Amino acid sequence: MENKNFKVLAIFLLSAFVCVMLTAGCTGTDGSAQTATPTATAGQTVTATPAPAETAQKEYADKELLIATTTSLYATGLLDQLAGEFMNDTGVDIKITAVGTGTALEYGANGDVDLIMVHDRAREDAFIEDGSGTDRRVFGYNYFVIVGPESDPAGIKGMAPTEALETILAKGSEGAEGVKFVSRGDSSGTHGKEKALWSVAGYDYAEYEPVWVKEDWYVEAGTGMGGTLTMADQMDAYTLSDIGTYLKYQGDGTVNLAELVNEGDDLINIYGAILVNPEKYPDTNVEVGKDWVNYLITDGVQDEIKVFGVSDYGQPLFFPAMGAFDVLSSSGVTQDEISAPLA
Amino acid sequence: MNYIIEGIYQAFVLIITLNPEVVDITIRTLTITLGATLIASVLCIPLGIYIAFNEFYGRKTLISVIQTLYALPTVVVGLVMYMILSNNGPLGFLDLLFTSTGVMLGQVVLILPIITGLTISALSNLDSTIRDTIVSLGATTGQFFTSMVLEARFAIMSAVIMGFSRAISEVGAAIMIGGNIKGHTRILTTAITLETNIGNFSLSVALGIILLLIALTVTMIVSRFQQS
Repeated sequence: MENKNFKVLAIFLLSAFVCVMLTAGCTGTDGSAQTATPTATAGQTVTATPAPAETAQKEYADKELLIATTTSLYATGLLDQLAGEFMNDTGVDIKITAVGTGTALEYGANGDVDLIMVHDRAREDAFIEDGSGTDRRVFGYNYFVIVGPESDPAGIKGMAPTEALETILAKGSEGAEGVKFVSRGDSSGTHGKEKALWSVAGYDYAEYEPVWVKEDWYVEAGTGMGGTLTMADQMDAYTLSDIGTYLKYQGDGTVNLAELVNEGDDLINIYGAILVNPEKYPDTNVEVGKDWVNYLITDGVQDEIKVFGVSDYGQPLFFPAMGAFDVLSSSGVTQDEISAPLA
Repeated sequence: MNYIIEGIYQAFVLIITLNPEVVDITIRTLTITLGATLIASVLCIPLGIYIAFNEFYGRKTLISVIQTLYALPTVVVGLVMYMILSNNGPLGFLDLLFTSTGVMLGQVVLILPIITGLTISALSNLDSTIRDTIVSLGATTGQFFTSMVLEARFAIMSAVIMGFSRAISEVGAAIMIGGNIKGHTRILTTAITLETNIGNFSLSVALGIILLLIALTVTMIVSRFQQS
């Protein structure tokens, strides 16, 4: 009886040991350090045209690019689509982790990723100024929307964005029936936009938020966009959402919220890609990172961005940054950021 | 409620068609979690044996600490491991952040207390007459420990199953250490979180069902050993 147990135990341990060795072997490539620098042909691809997509060479077969991005951008599926094409053309292994904008900025500041793709101009500026990032490029934009119950108890439909928020604040704090606002309450780009809108309306968020959370009308979710929309739907409340998540949730019938405020420059949502500064972190995959960023601002990709989402949602989820200098300049975007390839 | 019914149907379809992405995620989940469970067991069972059978200063406190760590939140483990494995952190040179191996390491840390603690508990429950008999029959230390483990094998296997379950169901450490990267560190629980955030609720339910089926399969296999 004892012998049989030993045999069983031994076989189990042996097979488990083999599993672990296989795993270590499989995952060895995940953690491998950078290999030799790319060949001379790589230099040819880093020009304005043609983009890496048009050269059929796989010069980056043993390279990786680690990107931190925001959940709202990733959830649309755009990045997986673009990354898939880039991987096919160049052989790079693109690894994307989707976290909050705040987390992505932390990862970039710690040098844990090669590049970040986020949508919070103010924090991006700080990120670049303190030397964590360089070479920002803007590849697309869209607009946030303020959504809420069809009945619109605060009557904000069609208002300008800051006016709408002021109205919600006014009616909410005086206790008007059914007027509630759900905030993301996390370190997301969307929350950043909400804070910026309050600021334009004249309210310093840091000063007022502690007051508002104690009142019934302001609900701070501390969760993702999906969770926030669900909460707003359940509470018949207003909230600020990115267009992608809203269209998905509304289209699937997961929530039933009306688009009440969708026009106004204040609602603009600008997506930027920033390289992690190689002077701060020399191990960063700078060459590949630059190729990827340059890829994003090629005509081909800009056209792809223009039509992304139309078949699923009846409207595009993004607008290409190319040619949109007029729209973007008021937010501080430069022409170089839109169209100048990285050297 | 529709989501659950749709989810059951989707799980069925995903399994039958061997959907490549789901297969990828499932195999990765299994290798990471089985690997973590094995490593933790190899470390903890001997450690648990030692603590169970030896008196030393601070033994009771150590056992209390181990049992307190049962309640270690997964996201806290993830956060601390991130700080250690980050580029800026002490073990950043290992390049384990955003890798499956890193996730496995995080799961090992997470389940160390459980397997150790429950092993100690299993061995402490052994009738002391068995222990005395074996010693009086002249067993060497090696024979002694082996006999004790075999006597308590049911409970020790339970400890291992418990460790496996905690590891396969956790999401906090896997997301922070692994980053949920498609094709590299996406496992069942992190995929469920992502799909839930996106709003694909029935897919989330489907993946949850698949995870439970896997846990069921593994537990059944271990039970055969347990009860032999």
